[in-house]
Amino acid sequence: MKAKFLLVLGLAATVSASLAVPVVAAEEVNLYSNRTPDLIAPFLNEFTKQTGIKVNIVHAATGMLERLQAEGRNTPADVVLTADVSRVDQLASAALLQPVKSALIDKNIPAHFRQHDGLWIALTSRARVAYIAKDRVMPGAIKTYEDLAKPEWKGKICTRSGKHEYNVGLLAAMIAEKGETAAEDWARGVKANLARKPQGNDRVQVKAIKDGVCDVAIVNTYYMGLMQTNNKEPEQKEWSNAVNIVFPTFDGKGTHVNVSAAGITKYSKNKDNAVKLLEFLASDLAQKMYAETNFEYPVKPGAEIAPLVKSWGSFTAQEINLETIAKNWGLASKIMDRVDFDS
Amino acid sequence: MTDLTGSTPKTFASLRNLDGWSLAALAAALLVTFPIVTVFVLAVAPDTPVFGHLASTVLPRYLRTTAGLMLGVGIGTAVLGVATAWLVTMYRFPGVQLFQWALLLPLAIPAYVIAFIYTEILDFSGPMQTGMRAFYGWHGPRDYWFPEIRSLGGAISMMTLVLYPYVYLLARAAFLEQAAGVIEASRTLGRGPWRTFFSVSLPLARPAIVIGISLALMETLNDFGTVDFFAVQTLTLGLYDVWRNMNSLAGAAQIACIVLLIVIVLIMAERYARRSQRYFNTTRRLNPSPPTQLSPMRSAIACTVCVVPVALGFLLPVIWLIYDALLYRELAETEIFLSAAANSLMLSSLAAVIAVMIAIILAYGARLRGGALLKVATRLANVGYAVPGAVLAIGVLIPMAWFDNSIDSFFRDRFGVATGLLLSGTIVALTFGYVVRFLALALGAMEVSLARVTPSIDGAARTLGAGPGRRLLRVHLPIVRGSMLAAVILVFVDGMKELPMTIVMRPFNFETLATQVHQYSANERFAQAAPAALGIVLVGLLPVILLSRAIGRRRESLAPPVPGIATAVEQG
Repeated sequence: MKAKFLLVLGLAATVSASLAVPVVAAEEVNLYSNRTPDLIAPFLNEFTKQTGIKVNIVHAATGMLERLQAEGRNTPADVVLTADVSRVDQLASAALLQPVKSALIDKNIPAHFRQHDGLWIALTSRARVAYIAKDRVMPGAIKTYEDLAKPEWKGKICTRSGKHEYNVGLLAAMIAEKGETAAEDWARGVKANLARKPQGNDRVQVKAIKDGVCDVAIVNTYYMGLMQTNNKEPEQKEWSNAVNIVFPTFDGKGTHVNVSAAGITKYSKNKDNAVKLLEFLASDLAQKMYAETNFEYPVKPGAEIAPLVKSWGSFTAQEINLETIAKNWGLASKIMDRVDFDS
Repeated sequence: MTDLTGSTPKTFASLRNLDGWSLAALAAALLVTFPIVTVFVLAVAPDTPVFGHLASTVLPRYLRTTAGLMLGVGIGTAVLGVATAWLVTMYRFPGVQLFQWALLLPLAIPAYVIAFIYTEILDFSGPMQTGMRAFYGWHGPRDYWFPEIRSLGGAISMMTLVLYPYVYLLARAAFLEQAAGVIEASRTLGRGPWRTFFSVSLPLARPAIVIGISLALMETLNDFGTVDFFAVQTLTLGLYDVWRNMNSLAGAAQIACIVLLIVIVLIMAERYARRSQRYFNTTRRLNPSPPTQLSPMRSAIACTVCVVPVALGFLLPVIWLIYDALLYRELAETEIFLSAAANSLMLSSLAAVIAVMIAIILAYGARLRGGALLKVATRLANVGYAVPGAVLAIGVLIPMAWFDNSIDSFFRDRFGVATGLLLSGTIVALTFGYVVRFLALALGAMEVSLARVTPSIDGAARTLGAGPGRRLLRVHLPIVRGSMLAAVILVFVDGMKELPMTIVMRPFNFETLATQVHQYSANERFAQAAPAALGIVLVGLLPVILLSRAIGRRRESLAPPVPGIATAVEQG
């Protein structure tokens, strides 16, 4: 018994010790990311292929800020990738990032897609739009986000949780455009029009239109591409065939886009490689890949847009400083509570 | 208790003659308590005030929903667990031998996995409703009513289906132990089987049942995946929202403390019940009376009662998973998948072995001396199980990084050498997190089983000159071997399913089967999540089989096992 126990203990200690030794490679860059792993994998592979720099990654859907904070100056992380602007801005506010200095990035990424001190940059954008039932909604019936709150749509709108970052971001942009009170009224109006309790992801809302549960859904653009090209689960193509995309505006002032973003940690030990990675993600090649593989919109002006993405129509993005959206985040989330959006 | 166990009056005077065992126990207790204390500290940290906003808006609903969920899961697991345990223990009917262990199988399926499977089956375009529409000639969703799976009721059903085995396990053991004497007496005195069940067996088994239900409810409380997916607004869902969208870790920790408060009340109830149980079992006959043969009609009913939970909680989901997994089988052939499987196995086994060793140290330390400080620390260590994993992970992360950074600073100042992060972001840190999270499972089992080794055995061993270490290894552990194995396996199975802590604390390039499931299920790409989910289930099955074999090899004779996880399986 005793011998067995000691054996197990010894084994456990050896295994953990051998695994605890950090991997040291010649050239590498370490990432904390909360983006969907297989969406960014092709980019990181291409980066390694081009530069020979190994990319190590922690997919940290939660707790990235707390982890960076706790690790302090000894953090192994060089680069952070986030799926939305608020999280990266939280890192910037907590003084966990350093300015990204690169002529190439300054050239490729427009100023309103960069934090004012260069603490983070946006890499891709997705428009948050209305998907309408082809057979039940007249084209032109929805022109603005404000339209979605009109009583004529009562019981006809579907969306995911009001607390999801895409919807919080949309409301944060609405606050920036119209002020807190009007934004709250709008959220209350949309809530009153919902066909069912907010649930599921974006794709599920499109399916709900196909199923006849609702006529209009608030969804990101790239899901259209993901569904249209899904050969493994062809029923998703049918969902996408049931809908058209319209690009609503804030009363004519452009369409809301949410972004994925990146920054370099304050205590990065591989800063040169970190800059190289960000430069790669801002490069023509990567920007083109976003549209081709992920159906996102490149942030680099003039970057090629994949034909499929183009086929959904063109739009003008809301002219807004992304930091404003990040600053309105907490308030937007509270408004969602006040209007009981998810009940 | 007599002096034979070596217990002395519980005063601080006893600190003077602290032996190695008590010290080790105290150190272990403090170590595993640290993260939970950190969560308390975070809750009182100055931060953006969100509590006022919550209290005036969503908090009442969070509380109501949480209460509803707990009530539903509590009743559901109790009824299902007790009914099945009673049937397979007391009666003989076709398939009973199979059911005895098959009823445990749903334990291997994570709640968030069964939730997405049933959503696929039951929603509008799933096979169920499509079939009904075809059969009845309905067209749209407005033509008929069908229960919405993404609801409180849905969440209660899903959690009940995968959590009832805790109650089943413990209730069955309790029924086995009380079998012979009292029931015969009751029947002799003219009570029918139903009245005997309600007036004799059920009250006697109550402590064990309460323990089973509290374990199920603690899992219910810390669940995020299922309630998020079903949009059921519980405290835990609110906690993540406050943390993420309002950027308030303190607010999240405050909600975690409310959850803890609920749990502490639960645990007090459980302790209370267990205290009486020790009393009940002092004079216990080991040989259960032979099960009663049921008539064909009643056999059919008994069979149905047992088939339903196994079919709904295991068979159907697994068949669905296999179907989906075949669609994406290439995902299971990648290097990442294989390393994820290896990582899951390694982490879960390490955590299981270490958690049980710590549990033994704590329980034995308490038996030897049981000071007040150790007692409080042990109780606190028990509640780690109910704290939502991501928050507990932060509780582990902060003190560990502080420890690493202090050593680093020390070496930088003294020797000009940076040691960096020694533990943070390594498997060691993550394993520790698992141990903290799942210690309650091991501790519960070891405390109860050690408590049942009668003090006179300690006395005999002492008379023969055996010290505390030798007594533990040569006397106690062999006696409680079955419970020990059962504890290892419970932690292992839960470790395979662990997700939130892994996400927060994992090292670079590190995947487990659970994170692989999450990677896809977070975007509701269920079919792609299936291969990894199936992996979790299959590996989780292994221990159930091993357990029944290993424990069955030798019947524990001197003391009954844990409110007998061991016995339950052994008899199967």
